[in-house]
Amino acid sequence: MAGTVIPFGPQHPVLPEPLHLNLKIEDEIVISATPAFGYVHRGLEKLADIRDFRQMIQVVERVCGICSMIHALTYCQALEELLGVEPTPRARYLRVIWSELHRLHSHLLWLGLFADAMGFESLFMQLWKVRERIMDINEATAGNRVILSVNVIGGVRRDLDPSQTGWILAELAEVEKGINAMKRTILHDYTVQKRTRGKGVISGKQALEFGCVGPMLRASGIAQDLRLLGYAAYGELDFAPVVEQDGDCHARCRVRFAELGQSIDLIRQAIDKLPAGDISVPAKGRPAGEVVARAEQPRGECLYYIKANGGKFLDRLRIRTPTFANIPALTAMLPGIELADVPVVLLSIDPCVSCTER
Amino acid sequence: MTIEADSISSAELCRAVAALKAKGCRFVTITCVAADRSGAELLYHFDRELALSHLRLTVAGDEVPSISGIYSAAFLVENEIQDHFGLRFTGLAPDYRRTLYLQGEDSVPPFRRDSGPGRGE
Repeated sequence: MAGTVIPFGPQHPVLPEPLHLNLKIEDEIVISATPAFGYVHRGLEKLADIRDFRQMIQVVERVCGICSMIHALTYCQALEELLGVEPTPRARYLRVIWSELHRLHSHLLWLGLFADAMGFESLFMQLWKVRERIMDINEATAGNRVILSVNVIGGVRRDLDPSQTGWILAELAEVEKGINAMKRTILHDYTVQKRTRGKGVISGKQALEFGCVGPMLRASGIAQDLRLLGYAAYGELDFAPVVEQDGDCHARCRVRFAELGQSIDLIRQAIDKLPAGDISVPAKGRPAGEVVARAEQPRGECLYYIKANGGKFLDRLRIRTPTFANIPALTAMLPGIELADVPVVLLSIDPCVSCTER
Repeated sequence: MTIEADSISSAELCRAVAALKAKGCRFVTITCVAADRSGAELLYHFDRELALSHLRLTVAGDEVPSISGIYSAAFLVENEIQDHFGLRFTGLAPDYRRTLYLQGEDSVPPFRRDSGPGRGE
């Protein structure tokens, strides 16, 4: 039958959140994919009209649970620039530690979901078992497992004492052991390779043209990572972007897996260099002017635009989340693949509908 | 403090965007800063090797030329702005006609200063 249209989602076993794709197929091969949204749109940017700029920290943390800390970090960095406030050195390092903990639990969550999408249930459970240690660190250090609420304008609201940093390092050693035990399976298992190699291929040139960000770009050979801008304390830490060349689902898997080790290394460096001192400085006054701030979330570049006129409400808050940037590439990756591979290719962009529809 | 942006007109938009693409810039997004009866202000953001550049477009009416023919990735954010601000992007493909989030062209664009809910409501 020519030109059959199959509705994929909004409820689907591989989708934790509602996303709809209209898939036009011929003989099990996808011809075109048109996304549809609007199932969980919350209009959070509009809340800036009725919540003052300090209250909005709690709002932006809820754009997405998985990257909540980095949303608040980006927002606070934008306001710090407008208010002329410089966060303390200790706060900058603490921000790196919690940011990388977020990247770790996000990538472990994704690897688990990706294994689940391939029907690899035992791998899914083992990955999430390791992830629990990160969630325990979050809970012990911030009081919350997911929405950490540690950022304030001018620094952070919580500190880490030496016993906590020692315990974090011991936990990370266990996480590293758990990850390494699964490395061979994740990267070299026959099933994983069969389901991911050569699927959803996008070249570096295409990735740039489609505006891809994060692991999507880096898996296609583009060494772009916004942490290289040096925000927080990244400029004082030693790291290089993880880059793969194949541009397929397996390459995206390899990038995220390697970034687990990179995040552990960055946390170790940050704890090793953690300066003494205050964790925040007072941020007085009201913002005026306009600013753009960016940060590297687990899924890629996040952009905040803020315009303020000196009042307590912002004139405009605009949030461009990484999944929003990666959706156009998805519509280009799906045509030509088999219907059975759609869940794997879809999950390979690490879609966050909560972010996209904010 | 304002961000450094090249101010351009509607007639110059597509040529300026095509020039940025030719330089190898990645399209980041479009921000609609404000829109009401008097017109709209939009910022176009581009990245090249971690450096941002911006174009600022001010239009008098509701119509804005679409750049989806130059950067196809722009279709999503242009459809979002149509829903949120009630602007009309000419040449936009695919055009969801305000059904990305809303119920169609009769829906009230919630982010417009002259029609959406205002402060304190």
